[in-house]
Amino acid sequence: MKNHLRLGLFIFLTPVLLWLLLLIIVPHIELLIMSLHGKNDTGDMVWTLANYRHFFTEEIYWYTFVRTALYAIIVTILTFLVTFPVAFYITKVVSPRLTGFLTILLLMPFWVSELVRVYGWMILLRESGVINHLLVSTGLLKVPVEMLYNDISMLMGLVYTSMLFMVVPLISSLESMDDSLIEAAHDLGASPTTIFLRIIIPYAAPGITSGAIVVFMLALGNYLTPKLMGGKNSLWFTEQIYNEFIASFNWNQGAAFGFLLLALSSILIWSGLKISRQHLGKALS
Amino acid sequence: MAPVLDIQNLKKCFGKFIAVDTLSFQVEDGCFFSILGPSGCGKTTLLRMIAGFQTPTEGQLLIRGRDMHAVPPNRRPVNLVFQNLALFPMMNVRENIAFGLKRQKIAAAEIARRVDSMLERVHLPGYGDKDIAQLSGGQKQRVAIARSLVLEPSLLLLDEPLGALDLKLREQMKIELKKLQADVGTTFMYITHDQSEALVMSNRVAVMNHGRFEQIDTPRNLYSNPASRFVAGFVGETNILPVRVTSSAPLKVQTTFGLELYGTAVSQPQGDQLDLFIRPESIILDPADSIGDINLFSLTVRSILFDGSNTKLLATMEHSDFELTVALPQNQQFSHIGKGDTVKAGVHAGSCRCYPRG
Repeated sequence: MKNHLRLGLFIFLTPVLLWLLLLIIVPHIELLIMSLHGKNDTGDMVWTLANYRHFFTEEIYWYTFVRTALYAIIVTILTFLVTFPVAFYITKVVSPRLTGFLTILLLMPFWVSELVRVYGWMILLRESGVINHLLVSTGLLKVPVEMLYNDISMLMGLVYTSMLFMVVPLISSLESMDDSLIEAAHDLGASPTTIFLRIIIPYAAPGITSGAIVVFMLALGNYLTPKLMGGKNSLWFTEQIYNEFIASFNWNQGAAFGFLLLALSSILIWSGLKISRQHLGKALS
Repeated sequence: MAPVLDIQNLKKCFGKFIAVDTLSFQVEDGCFFSILGPSGCGKTTLLRMIAGFQTPTEGQLLIRGRDMHAVPPNRRPVNLVFQNLALFPMMNVRENIAFGLKRQKIAAAEIARRVDSMLERVHLPGYGDKDIAQLSGGQKQRVAIARSLVLEPSLLLLDEPLGALDLKLREQMKIELKKLQADVGTTFMYITHDQSEALVMSNRVAVMNHGRFEQIDTPRNLYSNPASRFVAGFVGETNILPVRVTSSAPLKVQTTFGLELYGTAVSQPQGDQLDLFIRPESIILDPADSIGDINLFSLTVRSILFDGSNTKLLATMEHSDFELTVALPQNQQFSHIGKGDTVKAGVHAGSCRCYPRG
């Protein structure tokens, strides 16, 4: 029996460990070594911290880094604000029979690739797009305006592409909540605001945390949406990494940036968990 | 002083379905009032209207003389103990009990004092810092009651709170609840489909069926003088025989298998088809000849349902297949009776209660 268990564990664990080792750990070790290498004055490869130093001395990198982090946090908060009422409505307001149907409706757009969805937004928003066309033809606007390629459209695109990852954990945590908890709080004298803040939010906290972690990481590491909807001004940190690797062909610098992004997301998620007093294991279970 | 709860012509409809049908009743201060009824009789709807979670279609609901129309649940001087208890899983015991007090903006020191004394009262001192998941069923029960009682409501509503407990614990909690109510003096309104819970704990019991009260009475009266056929059948165990009236004054009826019995009509019989109700314990085995005014018949024992102090005989009445449940007296007088034996039995005319067939 015990041997069986061990064999089963071995069989199931091997692919996971292999995946982790070959696709995550090995490349990261390689990247780490690469990020700590640089050309010295004579053009030879030597161990150096120059790539990291470079990041702190060059203002534009620093600025992009902070900007990306801040916007990723804003995206996470906005995504929560947009999806929470939706999740609450689907699980608590409509009849349970409709819950499944509405959830599927909500998930449907996500069967289409992110690229296509972003192009959808672009068709709506661009200068010769649907919205501009409507506004001009109804006379509300004299000349079409460019609505793409600014921070707001980029944020909107990021919120839109990450919604799914917030709404699913929210729905599942709210669904497990017994309605009588809300009624009990109401009965004990709590106002609707208090019920929301003291009962519903704490109850859904693990779902909120797991949704927030995923959305934050996806937004931080997103390349496509900032590039397409934010255009040249998007200044998303992933673009800096891309530029180093592909445009400047400076893999060492790119690797260093990659590690800095990894450190950034780890630190921010860790502090987010500390501030909200949540536990990673609990949130993701 | 106005009664704690005064309900006048209260009605609640869901579409065409009438859940609560024009009820009027009062609950006196300090009373343990139970509403007993089968599931779907409207008792939970009534309770939810009193708590404020549902608005009546018609009628008035006064608590301590104050009209509760349009008063939301959080502003009513009543508290509800939910069927599934609805304890907040993310808070510990102390936070659960303090929840209502905090909403009233009471000073922290006062809250702590009241929570501690409440914990003491429900026999859970020192449990304040435990998580809800750490408690047993009975302890959760007590925390749920404490959470409501600590607010000192005019009326505490309890919605079958013992339903989820196992039998032994339920018996124990029944006694504890009754003691607790006598102790704190708060008016309890208890909803249940379990007649033993209602009878054991209450001062007054209302038997509810199809949205109406069939009878509001003391447990004793309810058991010995049921006012309607439904009450007679629902409260306590009973034998029901379909009978036909052969003569009135004194009422004499005949069973389908030809046995003639004297009975008591509870309501004015309409037509000659009645149902005769006999409690298992009112059947006297081997009656002395000196007892007058008694219906006599013979019984053939089919089986003995041994259940300690609650042992019963299952016996057929003479010349028929009709099975009667007979309570066996506590003394060992009838321990010789075995399967297949024939025994003489009698029942007073006063214990043969006849109701119009429902």
